[in-house]
Amino acid sequence: MKPRAPLPLPAIFGIPAAIALVTAAGLVTALLDDGLVDALSWAALSVPVLAAARSWWNRER
Amino acid sequence: MTNRTIRVWTLIHKWTSLICTVFMLLLCLTGLPLIFHDEIEALTAEHTLPPMPAETPLKSLDEAVASALATYPGERPLFLSFDEDRPVVNVTTGPGARPPVSQMHISAIDLRSTRILADLNDDKGFMHVMLRLHVDMFAGLPGELFLGFMGFLLFVATVSGVVIYAPFMRKLSFGTVRAGRSRRLKWLDLHNMLGIVTLMWVVVVGLTGVINTLSVPLVAYWRSNELAAMIAPYAGKPVPERFASVDAAVRTAMAAAPGMRPQFIAFPGVRFSSNHHYAVWLKGATPATNRILTPALIDAETGAFTDMRSMPWYMLALRLSQPLHFGDYGGLPMKILWAVLDVLTIVILGSGLYLWVARRRTAQDHADAAPGLRSAVGEAAE
Repeated sequence: MKPRAPLPLPAIFGIPAAIALVTAAGLVTALLDDGLVDALSWAALSVPVLAAARSWWNRER
Repeated sequence: MTNRTIRVWTLIHKWTSLICTVFMLLLCLTGLPLIFHDEIEALTAEHTLPPMPAETPLKSLDEAVASALATYPGERPLFLSFDEDRPVVNVTTGPGARPPVSQMHISAIDLRSTRILADLNDDKGFMHVMLRLHVDMFAGLPGELFLGFMGFLLFVATVSGVVIYAPFMRKLSFGTVRAGRSRRLKWLDLHNMLGIVTLMWVVVVGLTGVINTLSVPLVAYWRSNELAAMIAPYAGKPVPERFASVDAAVRTAMAAAPGMRPQFIAFPGVRFSSNHHYAVWLKGATPATNRILTPALIDAETGAFTDMRSMPWYMLALRLSQPLHFGDYGGLPMKILWAVLDVLTIVILGSGLYLWVARRRTAQDHADAAPGLRSAVGEAAE
């Protein structure tokens, strides 16, 4: 890895914070109603899983 | 962050994780089948109602209770709960007002015939063992509270993990997994990546689990404060010899709370009622309000309405902690996602353990070359 300047905190935590917010929204929405809202919740809770899968597919070999 | 700060957070992460990891692995492994307990039980249990004419009138709740008591002579009714989508009530009986769970009997009763469909007293099956290991490791309330404390340690480990995530990632873009160098580096990156993407789910499921372990003390607190205030004129009265009609109590409660439906009824003397009352626990009719329960107290001697009050905040928190911990409120796709996130958590726990072992081995191998503690930052620059 080429040496480069340390990343600022917003760059480190930007994507993780977005994933956390989407997860939280997914956890709460399904409590409020049934039907369409459940589907939104499934989409939201897929985000952390897909982020993990993407990191694994793109791993440095 | 200074190196010293990082080192302190690293130590917090290391020790809180080490203490709780074995128990968290147990909880994740036993929790996996529990996510699907409805589906698994549907495979084994008899769930179809015997065919009867569609217009068959329903018997009364009092007859259902009598049917359960006839099956378990000498016992008394404790709870009656309603099935969501079929004319079935579940009547719990026991030898006294507050017997241990092992002495309770639960009967699923067909309201069209008051025949007992099934006794739900599974205390040997696989799912029961999973549940007990998950809830209290067969150690009762102390076991429950102990697991609650382990859950709290998991929360501290998660927060400290987020703090030391920053120095690790100072020169890496999000989601980097360096799988082509050393095995340790691969698992370090995976541990960090999985830890940060599952963060919110782990925190919510972990903390709601902790709240669930506090159920017994919270209900006891509610009973001796809020409930005691509702039934002040009845203070000190014994449990009545004979109970008035359950059906009448439910009708009285529903008349006092239009638009609400009964979820379950607690008989006099049990944990969820007073010594002198039926507590009819009512739920709202909409998806957003049907998780919020309101107890209506009905005098079990006279059948008169006594009081009804909304739950205090800590009982609401306890109530909402159940779906948020179980993942049972969004259909099968949600359960599958719950299971996937649970497995990812197992990978985080396992890799954390591996990193600790591998690190110790490396530290011993290079005891001369690298004296003292290598800072977390040094690791990231490998």
